[in-house]
Amino acid sequence: MIKLSKIVKIYDSPSGKVHALKGIDLNIAKGEIYGIIGLSGAGKSTLVRCINMLERPTSGNVIVDGQDMMKLSESELRDARKNIGMIFQHFNLLSSATVYDNIAFPLKLSNTSSANIAKKVEPLLELVGLKDKAKQYPAQLSGGQKQRVGIARALASDPKILLCDEATSALDPQTTKSILALIKDINKKFALTVVVITHEMQVIKEICDKVAVISDGIIAEKGSVLDVFTNPQHEITKEFISVLLSNDLPAAFRGNEISAEKVEGSLLLLRLNFLGDKADDPILAQMIRNCQGVECTMLFGNLDEIHGVPFGRFIVGLSGNESSIQDALNFLSNKEVRVEVIGYVRRNSSIAD
Amino acid sequence: MFAEILPLLTKALGETIYMVIVSMAIASIIGVPLGVLLHTTDKGQILENMPLNQTVGSIVNAIRSIPFIILMVAIIPLTRFLVGSAIGTTAAIVPLVIASIPFIGRQVETSLKEVPAGLVEAALSMGATPAQIITKVLLPEAMPSIVSQLTTVIIALVGESAMAGAIGGGGLGDLAIRYGYQRFRPEVMLATVVILIVLVQLVQFLGNTLSKRLNKR
Repeated sequence: MIKLSKIVKIYDSPSGKVHALKGIDLNIAKGEIYGIIGLSGAGKSTLVRCINMLERPTSGNVIVDGQDMMKLSESELRDARKNIGMIFQHFNLLSSATVYDNIAFPLKLSNTSSANIAKKVEPLLELVGLKDKAKQYPAQLSGGQKQRVGIARALASDPKILLCDEATSALDPQTTKSILALIKDINKKFALTVVVITHEMQVIKEICDKVAVISDGIIAEKGSVLDVFTNPQHEITKEFISVLLSNDLPAAFRGNEISAEKVEGSLLLLRLNFLGDKADDPILAQMIRNCQGVECTMLFGNLDEIHGVPFGRFIVGLSGNESSIQDALNFLSNKEVRVEVIGYVRRNSSIAD
Repeated sequence: MFAEILPLLTKALGETIYMVIVSMAIASIIGVPLGVLLHTTDKGQILENMPLNQTVGSIVNAIRSIPFIILMVAIIPLTRFLVGSAIGTTAAIVPLVIASIPFIGRQVETSLKEVPAGLVEAALSMGATPAQIITKVLLPEAMPSIVSQLTTVIIALVGESAMAGAIGGGGLGDLAIRYGYQRFRPEVMLATVVILIVLVQLVQFLGNTLSKRLNKR
């Protein structure tokens, strides 16, 4: 549905040329919710604007729904944009128009008759749950309601694609959830292709099928959300994920020296990631049963779900003689569990922190 | 005595109102589009055209830097050409219009600059043409501010129209100078000043009320 190749964007600024995008390749399939995550200044907002040519790439190819966007004339481009709805962090509603007129706005641009506008706007008001607010002005609405108006407005021209530029960044967590649910809902209902720009991993985890991590104008990592979450490759990705899933050691071990060799009184800390049905398997119990002489202490545990796939993260501490610990590691490596050996760490003498 | 000056005052007030309304109407017809041009051709705007923007901007600045009393005298040949005479209420309208056009242009430009850029971007993302952005986004969104700004222009016009009285334009200023000053009639002077104050208060009140009613923010 959307095919970006070798996208480069260079801005001229007083302090010289700024390379905002340095060769981005991205394929987004029809009906997919594709997340693009990055820190502010990473180039994600520029990238999403390259899809509807609000920003024209310096070089590269943008194919949207089979159309080469770079080659369109001004008026062809205006028609093409009616196929691509967009919602914004700050909603960008007309303050001088009612909720109804805001949603009707794209239809008025294409000179739709008021009877046909009503036929279109009424169901949209219903869809976003603002039927009783039709005659109110945006200033009278809450942030979440404003974004619902934004979504209804973006859908008014029956687009095939919806671009969400930090659509939930100005909203509280509760409202964010409900807006994300609405986006997911319309994605299914209208087989809409959705591109989500965000700096919050929570948003990606909540609704996206695929994710691209953008950093400093390039894509650091991309893939299915499940893969990227459970097996992040790039530092920046790990950092984003650590916001949701802490990588810190348990308090009792934090700050202590990590050594590769066994130290007196230390535990070998392992980070275990279970995925899918394996999250339910009694792997640790089996390990203890099979490997004589190994003591296993559970230090941290968390069971989460990404797109209905259970995903467990544990930190355990092993103690025992070296050969039995080696047995335990061998046992685990034969199971479908991802093991990361952290090292030997001594427990804090005082645990009171 | 009051009965004697009353007809003078009402006639002068009528002339002032006539000059202000007609000048304002003509100047707005040209000045509002000028403001739109100044804003939309500026850097980063929908019709960016810096050479045009800077040329028009310089002309606007040049006219605005001429004191009204000098402008009035300097363009007498133009006034004579347009209305056939350089004296009288109608003749005063020519310099009033010429002085107000760039003023309105800048005021409207300021109002349009207050419209958040995101709104224009949203309209562009929906496939709006530049003309649609001007008529359906910029002007409606800036309208409360434009009304406030134009109120300021009208009040400035009241003052300038009094100055126009100095070259035989009629109106309250003319009355104040000829009777109040030259014939030593302080009560006429006082009466015109009071009327001017009331007039300005009234214009400001109406402007504020209208602007507030239009503002849905």
